[in-house]
Amino acid sequence: MSPAEAHVVTPRRLAVVMIAGLAAVLLCVLICPLIGPSTLSLRRAFAGQWPDNQMFFGVRLPRVLLSLLCGGALSIAGCLFQSLLRDNLATPYTLGVSSGASLGAVIAICFGFHTVAGLPGIWGAAMLGAGITLLIVLAVASEGSRMSSFTLLLGGVMINGVVTSLIMLLHNLASVRESFAIVHWLMGNIDPPEPSTLVALAVAVLPTSVGLCLMARRWNLMAVGEDWAASRGVSPARLLLIGYLAGSFLAAAVTAVTGPIGFVGLVVPHALRLKLGSDHRLLMPASFLFGAAFLAICDTVARTIFSVELPVSVLTALVGGPSFIALLRSRRRSLWL
Amino acid sequence: MTAILELSSIGISFGPLKVLEEISLRFDSPEMVALAGPNGVGKSTLLSIIAGLRSGYTGTCKAYGKDVQRWKRRDFARKIAFVPQSLKLDFPFTAEEVVFMGRTPHAGGFFESDRDREAVRRAIELTDMGEFAARDFRALSGGERQRVMLASALAQEPQVLLLDEPTSFLDLAHQFAIYSLLRRLSGEGILVITATHDLNLAASYSDRVVLLKKGHVVADAGPCEALSVEKIGDVFHVRAEWVRRVDGRAWITFDAAPGDTL
Repeated sequence: MSPAEAHVVTPRRLAVVMIAGLAAVLLCVLICPLIGPSTLSLRRAFAGQWPDNQMFFGVRLPRVLLSLLCGGALSIAGCLFQSLLRDNLATPYTLGVSSGASLGAVIAICFGFHTVAGLPGIWGAAMLGAGITLLIVLAVASEGSRMSSFTLLLGGVMINGVVTSLIMLLHNLASVRESFAIVHWLMGNIDPPEPSTLVALAVAVLPTSVGLCLMARRWNLMAVGEDWAASRGVSPARLLLIGYLAGSFLAAAVTAVTGPIGFVGLVVPHALRLKLGSDHRLLMPASFLFGAAFLAICDTVARTIFSVELPVSVLTALVGGPSFIALLRSRRRSLWL
Repeated sequence: MTAILELSSIGISFGPLKVLEEISLRFDSPEMVALAGPNGVGKSTLLSIIAGLRSGYTGTCKAYGKDVQRWKRRDFARKIAFVPQSLKLDFPFTAEEVVFMGRTPHAGGFFESDRDREAVRRAIELTDMGEFAARDFRALSGGERQRVMLASALAQEPQVLLLDEPTSFLDLAHQFAIYSLLRRLSGEGILVITATHDLNLAASYSDRVVLLKKGHVVADAGPCEALSVEKIGDVFHVRAEWVRRVDGRAWITFDAAPGDTL
Protein backbone atom coordinates (compact mmCIF):
# COMPACT_ATOMS: atom_id res chain seq x y z
CA MET A 1 0.00 0.00 0.00
CA SER A 2 1.47 3.35 -0.95
CA PRO A 3 1.27 6.15 1.60
CA ALA A 4 -1.33 7.83 -0.58
CA GLU A 5 -3.76 4.99 0.00
CA ALA A 6 -3.12 4.00 3.56
CA HIS A 7 -5.81 6.07 5.20
CA VAL A 8 -8.46 6.57 2.60
CA VAL A 9 -11.84 4.95 2.72
CA THR A 10 -11.83 2.01 0.36
CA PRO A 11 -14.71 -0.32 -0.46
CA ARG A 12 -12.85 -2.95 1.52
CA ARG A 13 -12.58 -0.85 4.70
CA LEU A 14 -16.23 0.10 4.43
CA ALA A 15 -17.18 -3.56 3.96
CA VAL A 16 -15.23 -4.59 7.07
CA VAL A 17 -16.92 -1.90 9.18
CA MET A 18 -20.38 -2.72 7.81
CA ILE A 19 -19.99 -6.44 8.40
CA ALA A 20 -18.77 -5.88 11.95
CA GLY A 21 -21.65 -3.50 12.63
CA LEU A 22 -24.27 -5.75 11.10
CA ALA A 23 -22.90 -8.69 13.06
CA ALA A 24 -23.23 -6.69 16.28
CA VAL A 25 -26.82 -5.81 15.43
CA LEU A 26 -27.67 -9.40 14.50
CA LEU A 27 -26.18 -10.71 17.73
CA CYS A 28 -28.34 -8.24 19.65
CA VAL A 29 -31.44 -9.40 17.80
CA LEU A 30 -30.71 -13.04 18.66
CA ILE A 31 -29.32 -12.74 22.16
CA CYS A 32 -30.93 -9.72 23.86
CA PRO A 33 -34.51 -11.13 23.70
CA LEU A 34 -33.32 -14.30 25.45
CA ILE A 35 -32.18 -12.36 28.48
CA GLY A 36 -34.78 -11.52 31.09
CA PRO A 37 -36.38 -12.45 34.38
CA SER A 38 -37.91 -15.60 32.93
CA THR A 39 -35.79 -17.85 30.74
CA LEU A 40 -36.83 -18.40 27.21
CA SER A 41 -35.80 -20.92 24.58
CA LEU A 42 -35.16 -19.75 21.04
CA ARG A 43 -36.06 -23.20 19.73
CA ARG A 44 -39.42 -23.25 21.50
CA ALA A 45 -40.12 -19.68 20.39
CA PHE A 46 -39.54 -20.51 16.73
CA ALA A 47 -41.53 -23.70 17.09
CA GLY A 48 -44.49 -21.53 18.06
CA GLN A 49 -44.82 -22.86 21.59
CA TRP A 50 -46.53 -20.72 24.22
CA PRO A 51 -45.37 -18.79 26.25
CA ASP A 52 -41.89 -18.60 24.68
CA ASN A 53 -43.39 -17.73 21.35
CA GLN A 54 -45.47 -14.86 22.71
CA MET A 55 -42.69 -13.55 24.93
CA PHE A 56 -40.09 -13.62 22.18
CA PHE A 57 -42.08 -12.24 19.24
CA GLY A 58 -44.70 -10.25 21.12
CA VAL A 59 -42.70 -8.54 23.82
CA ARG A 60 -38.95 -8.83 23.87
CA LEU A 61 -38.07 -8.84 20.16
CA PRO A 62 -40.14 -5.72 19.37
CA ARG A 63 -38.51 -4.01 22.30
CA VAL A 64 -35.03 -4.91 21.08
CA LEU A 65 -35.90 -3.79 17.55
CA LEU A 66 -37.18 -0.47 18.91
CA SER A 67 -34.01 0.09 20.88
CA LEU A 68 -31.94 -0.75 17.79
CA LEU A 69 -33.81 1.79 15.67
CA CYS A 70 -33.61 4.47 18.35
CA GLY A 71 -29.94 3.90 19.07
CA GLY A 72 -29.05 4.01 15.40
CA ALA A 73 -31.10 7.12 14.70
CA LEU A 74 -29.80 9.03 17.72
CA SER A 75 -26.17 8.14 16.98
CA ILE A 76 -26.27 9.11 13.35
CA ALA A 77 -28.14 12.32 14.17
CA GLY A 78 -25.55 13.15 16.85
CA CYS A 79 -22.73 12.47 14.42
CA LEU A 80 -24.38 14.75 11.86
CA PHE A 81 -24.97 17.62 14.27
CA GLN A 82 -21.41 17.43 15.58
CA SER A 83 -20.12 17.87 12.04
CA LEU A 84 -22.57 20.53 10.95
CA LEU A 85 -21.98 22.64 14.05
CA ARG A 86 -18.30 21.65 14.31
CA ASP A 87 -19.01 21.18 17.97
CA ASN A 88 -17.74 18.11 19.76
CA LEU A 89 -20.45 18.45 22.38
CA ALA A 90 -23.40 18.63 19.99
CA THR A 91 -26.08 15.98 20.41
CA PRO A 92 -29.43 15.37 18.71
CA TYR A 93 -30.88 17.47 21.53
CA THR A 94 -28.62 20.51 21.20
CA LEU A 95 -30.84 22.26 18.70
CA GLY A 96 -34.03 22.04 20.71
CA VAL A 97 -36.04 19.58 18.66
CA SER A 98 -36.20 16.97 21.38
CA SER A 99 -37.25 19.45 24.01
CA GLY A 100 -39.92 20.57 21.53
CA ALA A 101 -41.06 16.97 21.31
CA SER A 102 -40.99 16.73 25.09
CA LEU A 103 -43.06 19.87 25.46
CA GLY A 104 -45.62 18.42 23.07
CA ALA A 105 -45.73 15.20 25.04
CA VAL A 106 -46.03 17.02 28.36
CA ILE A 107 -48.92 19.11 27.02
CA ALA A 108 -50.65 15.93 25.86
CA ILE A 109 -50.17 14.38 29.30
CA CYS A 110 -51.39 17.46 31.18
CA PHE A 111 -54.44 18.02 29.01
CA GLY A 112 -55.19 14.34 28.52
CA PHE A 113 -55.13 14.27 24.69
CA HIS A 114 -55.76 10.75 23.44
CA THR A 115 -55.22 11.43 19.76
CA VAL A 116 -53.41 14.30 18.07
CA ALA A 117 -53.43 14.70 14.30
CA GLY A 118 -54.70 11.14 13.96
CA LEU A 119 -51.79 9.70 15.92
CA PRO A 120 -51.79 8.33 19.45
CA GLY A 121 -51.92 11.39 21.75
CA ILE A 122 -48.43 11.68 23.18
CA TRP A 123 -46.74 10.59 20.00
CA GLY A 124 -48.65 12.99 17.80
CA ALA A 125 -48.23 15.88 20.21
CA ALA A 126 -44.49 15.22 20.43
CA MET A 127 -44.08 15.24 16.64
CA LEU A 128 -46.11 18.43 16.45
CA GLY A 129 -44.05 20.06 19.22
CA ALA A 130 -40.81 19.07 17.48
CA GLY A 131 -42.03 20.47 14.16
CA ILE A 132 -43.05 23.81 15.63
CA THR A 133 -39.77 24.14 17.51
CA LEU A 134 -37.86 23.34 14.33
CA LEU A 135 -39.64 26.11 12.44
CA ILE A 136 -38.95 28.61 15.21
CA VAL A 137 -35.25 27.69 15.30
CA LEU A 138 -35.02 28.05 11.52
CA ALA A 139 -36.71 31.44 11.65
CA VAL A 140 -34.31 32.61 14.35
CA ALA A 141 -31.22 31.15 12.70
CA SER A 142 -31.68 32.35 9.14
CA GLU A 143 -30.80 35.91 8.30
CA GLY A 144 -32.61 36.34 5.02
CA SER A 145 -31.46 33.49 2.81
CA ARG A 146 -28.25 33.01 4.75
CA MET A 147 -27.72 30.64 7.61
CA SER A 148 -24.49 29.68 9.31
CA SER A 149 -23.73 26.92 11.75
CA PHE A 150 -23.08 29.63 14.30
CA THR A 151 -26.53 31.21 14.05
CA LEU A 152 -28.09 27.75 13.98
CA LEU A 153 -26.27 26.72 17.15
CA LEU A 154 -27.09 29.96 18.90
CA GLY A 155 -30.74 29.88 17.85
CA GLY A 156 -31.09 26.20 18.71
CA VAL A 157 -29.57 26.48 22.16
CA MET A 158 -31.69 29.54 23.02
CA ILE A 159 -34.96 27.94 21.92
CA ASN A 160 -33.95 24.77 23.74
CA GLY A 161 -33.61 26.75 26.94
CA VAL A 162 -36.95 28.49 26.51
CA VAL A 163 -38.79 25.26 25.72
CA THR A 164 -37.17 23.45 28.64
CA SER A 165 -38.38 26.10 31.06
CA LEU A 166 -41.88 25.84 29.59
CA ILE A 167 -41.78 22.12 30.37
CA MET A 168 -40.80 22.91 33.95
CA LEU A 169 -43.60 25.44 34.17
CA LEU A 170 -46.21 22.89 33.07
CA HIS A 171 -44.69 20.26 35.31
CA ASN A 172 -44.99 22.62 38.23
CA LEU A 173 -48.68 23.17 37.55
CA ALA A 174 -49.48 19.50 37.01
CA SER A 175 -51.24 17.18 39.45
CA VAL A 176 -49.30 14.45 41.22
CA ARG A 177 -50.50 11.75 38.84
CA GLU A 178 -49.67 13.83 35.76
CA SER A 179 -46.39 14.83 37.31
CA PHE A 180 -45.42 11.21 37.66
CA ALA A 181 -46.32 10.53 34.04
CA ILE A 182 -44.29 13.54 32.96
CA VAL A 183 -41.19 12.49 34.86
CA HIS A 184 -41.54 8.95 33.56
CA TRP A 185 -41.75 10.24 30.00
CA LEU A 186 -38.90 12.73 30.36
CA MET A 187 -36.58 10.00 31.64
CA GLY A 188 -36.90 8.16 28.37
CA ASN A 189 -38.23 4.64 28.23
CA ILE A 190 -38.19 1.83 25.75
CA ASP A 191 -41.44 -0.05 26.19
CA PRO A 192 -42.46 -2.99 24.02
CA PRO A 193 -44.03 -1.20 21.03
CA GLU A 194 -46.98 -2.06 18.80
CA PRO A 195 -45.86 -3.60 15.50
CA SER A 196 -47.39 -0.63 13.66
CA THR A 197 -45.27 1.82 15.70
CA LEU A 198 -42.18 -0.19 14.88
CA VAL A 199 -42.97 -0.20 11.16
CA ALA A 200 -43.73 3.52 11.11
CA LEU A 201 -40.49 4.30 12.90
CA ALA A 202 -38.47 2.07 10.58
CA VAL A 203 -40.00 3.78 7.56
CA ALA A 204 -38.99 7.15 8.99
CA VAL A 205 -35.53 6.23 10.25
CA LEU A 206 -34.00 3.83 7.74
CA PRO A 207 -34.34 5.81 4.46
CA THR A 208 -33.27 9.04 6.19
CA SER A 209 -30.18 7.35 7.61
CA VAL A 210 -29.23 5.77 4.29
CA GLY A 211 -29.65 9.14 2.59
CA LEU A 212 -27.35 10.78 5.14
CA CYS A 213 -24.71 8.09 4.61
CA LEU A 214 -24.82 8.63 0.86
CA MET A 215 -24.07 12.33 1.38
CA ALA A 216 -21.05 11.48 3.54
CA ARG A 217 -18.44 13.29 1.45
CA ARG A 218 -20.35 16.54 1.84
CA TRP A 219 -20.54 16.15 5.60
CA ASN A 220 -16.76 15.73 5.55
CA LEU A 221 -16.43 19.16 3.96
CA MET A 222 -18.89 20.71 6.39
CA ALA A 223 -16.98 19.22 9.31
CA VAL A 224 -13.95 21.24 8.21
CA GLY A 225 -15.71 24.54 7.66
CA GLU A 226 -18.27 26.42 5.63
CA ASP A 227 -15.82 28.35 3.44
CA TRP A 228 -13.85 25.19 2.96
CA ALA A 229 -16.98 23.40 1.80
CA ALA A 230 -18.00 26.27 -0.46
CA SER A 231 -14.64 26.42 -2.20
CA ARG A 232 -14.88 22.71 -2.84
CA GLY A 233 -18.06 22.97 -4.79
CA VAL A 234 -21.00 22.56 -2.39
CA SER A 235 -23.47 25.03 -0.95
CA PRO A 236 -23.00 25.21 2.83
CA ALA A 237 -26.31 26.94 3.53
CA ARG A 238 -28.22 24.25 1.66
CA LEU A 239 -26.34 21.45 3.38
CA LEU A 240 -26.96 23.04 6.76
CA LEU A 241 -30.66 23.14 6.04
CA ILE A 242 -30.81 19.58 4.73
CA GLY A 243 -28.72 18.29 7.62
CA TYR A 244 -30.70 20.15 10.22
CA LEU A 245 -34.03 18.91 8.83
CA ALA A 246 -32.87 15.31 8.47
CA GLY A 247 -31.20 15.14 11.88
CA SER A 248 -34.15 16.78 13.58
CA PHE A 249 -36.55 14.43 11.84
CA LEU A 250 -34.62 11.43 13.15
CA ALA A 251 -34.39 12.84 16.67
CA ALA A 252 -38.05 13.84 16.74
CA ALA A 253 -39.34 10.53 15.41
CA VAL A 254 -37.41 8.61 18.04
CA THR A 255 -38.09 10.99 20.91
CA ALA A 256 -41.80 10.95 20.19
CA VAL A 257 -41.87 7.19 20.80
CA THR A 258 -39.43 6.79 23.67
CA GLY A 259 -38.92 10.19 25.27
CA PRO A 260 -35.45 11.70 25.34
CA ILE A 261 -32.65 9.17 25.73
CA GLY A 262 -29.42 10.96 26.43
CA PHE A 263 -25.78 10.24 25.78
CA VAL A 264 -26.10 7.74 22.89
CA GLY A 265 -25.81 10.47 20.28
CA LEU A 266 -22.80 11.95 22.02
CA VAL A 267 -20.72 8.99 23.05
CA VAL A 268 -21.12 6.58 20.12
CA PRO A 269 -19.90 8.89 17.32
CA HIS A 270 -16.99 10.06 19.46
CA ALA A 271 -15.86 6.58 20.34
CA LEU A 272 -16.03 5.58 16.69
CA ARG A 273 -14.16 8.70 15.60
CA LEU A 274 -11.28 7.63 17.84
CA LYS A 275 -11.18 4.25 16.17
CA LEU A 276 -12.11 5.04 12.56
CA GLY A 277 -11.18 8.68 12.01
CA SER A 278 -13.53 11.39 10.88
CA ASP A 279 -14.46 10.33 7.36
CA HIS A 280 -18.25 10.18 7.37
CA ARG A 281 -18.33 7.45 4.77
CA LEU A 282 -17.22 5.10 7.55
CA LEU A 283 -18.34 7.09 10.54
CA MET A 284 -22.02 7.46 9.64
CA PRO A 285 -22.89 3.84 8.85
CA ALA A 286 -20.77 2.74 11.81
CA SER A 287 -22.54 5.21 14.10
CA PHE A 288 -25.89 3.84 13.05
CA LEU A 289 -25.03 0.16 13.46
CA PHE A 290 -22.95 0.36 16.62
CA GLY A 291 -25.24 2.97 18.13
CA ALA A 292 -28.13 0.57 17.54
CA ALA A 293 -26.28 -2.28 19.24
CA PHE A 294 -25.18 -0.02 22.09
CA LEU A 295 -28.70 1.05 22.99
CA ALA A 296 -30.07 -2.48 22.63
CA ILE A 297 -27.46 -3.73 25.08
CA CYS A 298 -28.05 -0.85 27.49
CA ASP A 299 -31.78 -1.49 27.43
CA THR A 300 -31.30 -5.19 28.04
CA VAL A 301 -29.11 -4.45 31.02
CA ALA A 302 -31.52 -1.76 32.26
CA ARG A 303 -34.46 -4.13 32.34
CA THR A 304 -32.63 -7.06 33.93
CA ILE A 305 -29.95 -5.80 36.30
CA PHE A 306 -32.31 -5.03 39.21
CA SER A 307 -35.69 -6.40 40.11
CA VAL A 308 -37.21 -3.10 38.90
CA GLU A 309 -36.54 -1.74 35.44
CA LEU A 310 -34.17 1.21 35.30
CA PRO A 311 -34.72 4.05 32.82
CA VAL A 312 -32.42 3.28 29.91
CA SER A 313 -31.06 6.87 29.95
CA VAL A 314 -29.46 6.13 33.30
CA LEU A 315 -27.67 3.14 31.83
CA THR A 316 -26.51 4.85 28.62
CA ALA A 317 -24.71 7.48 30.67
CA LEU A 318 -23.44 5.07 33.34
CA VAL A 319 -22.06 2.66 30.75
CA GLY A 320 -21.22 5.12 28.00
CA GLY A 321 -19.42 7.76 30.04
CA PRO A 322 -16.77 5.65 31.75
CA SER A 323 -16.12 3.44 28.73
CA PHE A 324 -15.62 6.51 26.58
CA ILE A 325 -13.19 8.00 29.08
CA ALA A 326 -11.28 4.73 29.17
CA LEU A 327 -11.09 4.70 25.37
CA LEU A 328 -9.95 8.30 25.29
CA ARG A 329 -7.21 7.71 27.84
CA SER A 330 -5.88 4.58 26.22
CA ARG A 331 -5.80 6.41 22.91
CA ARG A 332 -4.13 9.50 24.32
CA ARG A 333 -1.17 7.48 25.48
CA SER A 334 -0.52 6.05 22.04
CA LEU A 335 -1.09 9.07 19.80
CA TRP A 336 -0.51 12.77 19.70
CA LEU A 337 -3.97 13.80 20.79
CA MET B 1 -11.68 38.28 -25.31
CA THR B 2 -13.24 37.40 -21.97
CA ALA B 3 -10.94 37.93 -19.09
CA ILE B 4 -10.23 35.07 -16.70
CA LEU B 5 -11.13 37.43 -13.86
CA GLU B 6 -12.65 40.85 -14.16
CA LEU B 7 -13.37 43.04 -11.14
CA SER B 8 -15.32 46.24 -11.68
CA SER B 9 -15.60 48.87 -8.95
CA ILE B 10 -15.60 46.39 -6.07
CA GLY B 11 -16.35 48.00 -2.75
CA ILE B 12 -17.22 46.59 0.66
CA SER B 13 -17.71 48.05 4.10
CA PHE B 14 -17.78 46.41 7.50
CA GLY B 15 -20.10 48.75 9.37
CA PRO B 16 -18.69 52.27 9.04
CA LEU B 17 -15.30 50.92 7.95
CA LYS B 18 -14.74 50.99 4.17
CA VAL B 19 -12.47 48.04 3.54
CA LEU B 20 -12.35 48.14 -0.25
CA GLU B 21 -13.31 50.97 -2.58
CA GLU B 22 -13.57 51.10 -6.34
CA ILE B 23 -11.30 48.16 -7.05
CA SER B 24 -11.15 47.38 -10.76
CA LEU B 25 -8.75 44.75 -11.98
CA ARG B 26 -8.44 42.49 -14.98
CA PHE B 27 -6.60 39.23 -15.32
CA ASP B 28 -6.43 38.08 -18.91
CA SER B 29 -3.86 35.35 -18.95
CA PRO B 30 -2.10 32.88 -16.68
CA GLU B 31 0.52 34.76 -14.71
CA MET B 32 1.90 35.09 -11.22
CA VAL B 33 0.30 38.00 -9.41
CA ALA B 34 1.15 39.29 -5.95
CA LEU B 35 -1.50 41.19 -4.06
CA ALA B 36 0.61 43.24 -1.70
CA GLY B 37 -0.11 45.67 1.09
CA PRO B 38 0.19 46.06 4.83
CA ASN B 39 -2.10 44.40 7.42
CA GLY B 40 -5.77 45.22 7.25
CA VAL B 41 -5.63 46.69 3.78
CA GLY B 42 -8.27 44.32 2.41
CA LYS B 43 -6.13 41.69 0.67
CA SER B 44 -7.91 38.73 2.22
CA THR B 45 -11.32 40.29 1.74
CA LEU B 46 -10.59 40.87 -1.93
CA LEU B 47 -9.44 37.28 -2.37
CA SER B 48 -12.53 35.90 -0.67
CA ILE B 49 -14.73 38.03 -2.94
CA ILE B 50 -12.96 36.63 -5.99
CA ALA B 51 -13.35 33.13 -4.52
CA GLY B 52 -17.10 33.70 -4.36
CA LEU B 53 -17.18 33.30 -0.59
CA ARG B 54 -18.52 36.72 0.25
CA SER B 55 -21.63 38.64 -0.61
CA GLY B 56 -22.75 42.12 0.37
CA TYR B 57 -20.23 44.02 -1.74
CA THR B 58 -20.84 46.57 -4.47
CA GLY B 59 -19.56 46.25 -8.02
CA THR B 60 -19.17 43.00 -9.91
CA CYS B 61 -16.62 40.25 -9.96
CA LYS B 62 -16.69 38.00 -13.01
CA ALA B 63 -14.84 34.78 -13.63
CA TYR B 64 -14.71 33.67 -17.26
CA GLY B 65 -17.35 36.26 -18.09
CA LYS B 66 -19.86 35.12 -15.47
CA ASP B 67 -20.53 36.75 -12.11
CA VAL B 68 -18.88 34.67 -9.37
CA GLN B 69 -22.13 34.72 -7.39
CA ARG B 70 -24.02 33.13 -10.30
CA TRP B 71 -21.69 30.21 -10.89
CA LYS B 72 -22.79 26.78 -9.76
CA ARG B 73 -20.46 26.10 -6.87
CA ARG B 74 -19.31 22.80 -8.24
CA ASP B 75 -18.43 24.15 -11.70
CA PHE B 76 -16.72 27.10 -10.06
CA ALA B 77 -14.66 24.84 -7.79
CA ARG B 78 -13.40 22.92 -10.80
CA LYS B 79 -11.87 26.12 -12.15
CA ILE B 80 -10.95 28.18 -9.12
CA ALA B 81 -9.31 26.98 -5.92
CA PHE B 82 -8.82 29.04 -2.79
CA VAL B 83 -6.22 28.44 -0.09
CA PRO B 84 -7.06 30.16 3.21
CA GLN B 85 -4.29 31.45 5.42
CA SER B 86 -5.03 29.01 8.17
CA LEU B 87 -7.44 26.25 8.98
CA LYS B 88 -8.56 25.01 12.35
CA LEU B 89 -10.02 21.53 12.50
CA ASP B 90 -12.31 20.28 15.22
CA PHE B 91 -12.16 16.65 14.20
CA PRO B 92 -9.32 14.19 13.58
CA PHE B 93 -8.86 14.21 9.80
CA THR B 94 -5.46 13.12 8.51
CA ALA B 95 -3.46 15.50 6.32
CA GLU B 96 -4.08 13.18 3.41
CA GLU B 97 -7.84 13.19 3.93
CA VAL B 98 -7.74 16.98 3.82
CA VAL B 99 -5.91 16.80 0.49
CA PHE B 100 -8.44 14.30 -0.85
CA MET B 101 -11.24 16.76 -0.11
CA GLY B 102 -9.87 18.83 -2.98
CA ARG B 103 -11.16 16.13 -5.30
CA THR B 104 -14.80 16.60 -4.28
CA PRO B 105 -15.75 18.89 -7.20
CA HIS B 106 -14.46 16.28 -9.65
CA ALA B 107 -15.73 13.21 -7.86
CA GLY B 108 -18.74 11.43 -9.17
CA GLY B 109 -18.99 8.53 -6.78
CA PHE B 110 -18.87 7.52 -3.18
CA PHE B 111 -15.24 6.38 -3.35
CA GLU B 112 -12.18 8.03 -4.85
CA SER B 113 -11.23 6.96 -8.36
CA ASP B 114 -7.73 6.10 -9.59
CA ARG B 115 -7.74 9.49 -11.24
CA ASP B 116 -8.38 11.12 -7.83
CA ARG B 117 -5.61 9.10 -6.21
CA GLU B 118 -3.18 10.10 -8.94
CA ALA B 119 -3.99 13.81 -8.56
CA VAL B 120 -3.58 13.57 -4.78
CA ARG B 121 -0.31 11.68 -5.06
CA ARG B 122 1.04 14.38 -7.35
CA ALA B 123 -0.14 17.21 -5.08
CA ILE B 124 1.46 15.56 -2.06
CA GLU B 125 4.71 15.19 -3.95
CA LEU B 126 4.73 18.78 -5.21
CA THR B 127 4.21 20.22 -1.74
CA ASP B 128 6.69 17.84 -0.15
CA MET B 129 4.20 16.66 2.48
CA GLY B 130 4.60 12.89 2.05
CA GLU B 131 6.33 12.64 5.40
CA PHE B 132 3.30 13.78 7.36
CA ALA B 133 0.49 12.76 5.03
CA ALA B 134 -0.80 10.15 7.46
CA ARG B 135 -0.74 12.36 10.53
CA ASP B 136 -3.64 14.09 12.21
CA PHE B 137 -3.95 17.54 10.65
CA ARG B 138 -4.34 19.08 14.09
CA ALA B 139 -0.95 17.76 15.17
CA LEU B 140 0.86 19.58 12.35
CA SER B 141 2.74 22.85 12.61
CA GLY B 142 1.42 26.00 10.96
CA GLY B 143 3.80 25.64 8.03
CA GLU B 144 2.96 21.98 7.50
CA ARG B 145 -0.73 22.85 7.54
CA GLN B 146 -0.19 25.47 4.86
CA ARG B 147 1.45 22.88 2.65
CA VAL B 148 -1.47 20.51 3.20
CA MET B 149 -3.98 23.22 2.27
CA LEU B 150 -1.99 24.07 -0.84
CA ALA B 151 -1.86 20.38 -1.75
CA SER B 152 -5.63 20.17 -1.34
CA ALA B 153 -6.05 23.09 -3.75
CA LEU B 154 -3.62 21.55 -6.23
CA ALA B 155 -5.55 18.28 -6.11
CA GLN B 156 -8.52 20.34 -7.22
CA GLU B 157 -6.63 20.90 -10.52
CA PRO B 158 -7.81 24.48 -10.90
CA GLN B 159 -7.10 27.03 -13.60
CA VAL B 160 -7.03 29.83 -11.06
CA LEU B 161 -5.29 29.51 -7.71
CA LEU B 162 -6.03 32.09 -5.03
CA LEU B 163 -3.77 32.01 -1.99
CA ASP B 164 -4.00 34.05 1.19
CA GLU B 165 -0.51 34.51 2.66
CA PRO B 166 0.49 30.98 1.63
CA THR B 167 3.94 31.15 3.19
CA SER B 168 3.29 33.12 6.37
CA PHE B 169 4.15 30.17 8.61
CA LEU B 170 6.70 28.46 6.40
CA ASP B 171 10.39 28.05 7.08
CA LEU B 172 12.73 29.81 4.65
CA ALA B 173 13.51 26.83 2.46
CA HIS B 174 9.84 26.01 2.01
CA GLN B 175 8.93 29.65 1.35
CA PHE B 176 11.22 29.60 -1.65
CA ALA B 177 10.15 26.11 -2.67
CA ILE B 178 6.46 27.02 -2.59
CA TYR B 179 6.97 30.26 -4.49
CA SER B 180 9.00 28.59 -7.20
CA LEU B 181 6.32 25.89 -7.40
CA LEU B 182 3.64 28.57 -7.80
CA ARG B 183 5.76 30.34 -10.41
CA ARG B 184 6.14 27.08 -12.33
CA LEU B 185 2.39 26.47 -12.17
CA SER B 186 1.75 29.92 -13.59
CA GLY B 187 4.07 28.96 -16.44
CA GLU B 188 1.97 25.84 -16.98
CA GLY B 189 -1.17 27.87 -17.57
CA ILE B 190 -2.58 28.61 -14.10
CA LEU B 191 -3.41 32.12 -12.99
CA VAL B 192 -1.89 32.39 -9.51
CA ILE B 193 -2.85 35.26 -7.22
CA THR B 194 -1.21 35.42 -3.80
CA ALA B 195 -1.93 37.90 -1.08
CA THR B 196 1.33 38.66 0.70
CA HIS B 197 3.19 41.27 2.63
CA ASP B 198 6.56 39.77 1.90
CA LEU B 199 7.74 42.20 -0.74
CA ASN B 200 10.91 40.34 -1.62
CA LEU B 201 9.03 37.16 -2.42
CA ALA B 202 6.53 39.25 -4.36
CA ALA B 203 9.31 41.02 -6.24
CA SER B 204 11.37 37.94 -7.02
CA TYR B 205 8.64 35.60 -8.17
CA SER B 206 5.78 37.68 -9.58
CA ASP B 207 5.06 38.90 -13.08
CA ARG B 208 2.74 41.51 -11.74
CA VAL B 209 2.21 43.23 -8.40
CA VAL B 210 -1.05 44.81 -7.31
CA LEU B 211 -0.31 47.15 -4.45
CA LEU B 212 -3.16 48.07 -2.10
CA LYS B 213 -3.35 50.99 0.27
CA LYS B 214 -6.38 51.56 2.48
CA GLY B 215 -8.71 49.68 0.17
CA HIS B 216 -7.45 51.29 -3.05
CA VAL B 217 -5.17 50.02 -5.78
CA VAL B 218 -2.15 52.31 -5.82
CA ALA B 219 -0.07 50.33 -8.28
CA ASP B 220 -0.70 47.54 -10.76
CA ALA B 221 2.44 46.82 -12.75
CA GLY B 222 5.60 44.75 -12.91
CA PRO B 223 7.42 44.35 -9.60
CA CYS B 224 10.09 46.99 -10.24
CA GLU B 225 7.57 49.66 -11.04
CA ALA B 226 4.88 48.69 -8.51
CA LEU B 227 7.38 48.30 -5.70
CA SER B 228 9.36 51.46 -6.29
CA VAL B 229 11.06 52.97 -3.27
CA GLU B 230 8.55 55.82 -3.21
CA LYS B 231 5.52 53.54 -3.37
CA ILE B 232 6.82 51.26 -0.64
CA GLY B 233 7.53 54.28 1.50
CA ASP B 234 4.06 55.62 0.91
CA VAL B 235 2.19 52.36 1.54
CA PHE B 236 4.26 50.65 4.22
CA HIS B 237 5.76 53.66 6.01
CA VAL B 238 9.27 52.30 5.84
CA ARG B 239 12.40 53.45 4.08
CA ALA B 240 13.10 50.93 1.33
CA GLU B 241 16.11 50.53 -0.84
CA TRP B 242 16.68 48.31 -3.84
CA VAL B 243 20.10 46.74 -3.64
CA ARG B 244 21.95 44.47 -6.02
CA ARG B 245 23.09 41.31 -4.35
CA VAL B 246 26.42 39.65 -4.98
CA ASP B 247 24.72 37.17 -7.31
CA GLY B 248 23.35 40.04 -9.35
CA ARG B 249 19.71 39.75 -8.27
CA ALA B 250 17.86 42.76 -7.00
CA TRP B 251 16.65 42.77 -3.41
CA ILE B 252 14.72 45.21 -1.29
CA THR B 253 16.02 46.18 2.11
CA PHE B 254 14.00 48.04 4.68
CA ASP B 255 14.61 50.44 7.49
CA ALA B 256 12.34 52.35 9.81
CA ALA B 257 11.21 55.57 8.21
CA PRO B 258 12.93 58.54 9.83
CA GLY B 259 10.97 59.84 12.78
CA ASP B 260 8.15 57.40 12.18
CA THR B 261 6.54 55.77 15.14
CA LEU B 262 3.38 53.76 15.53
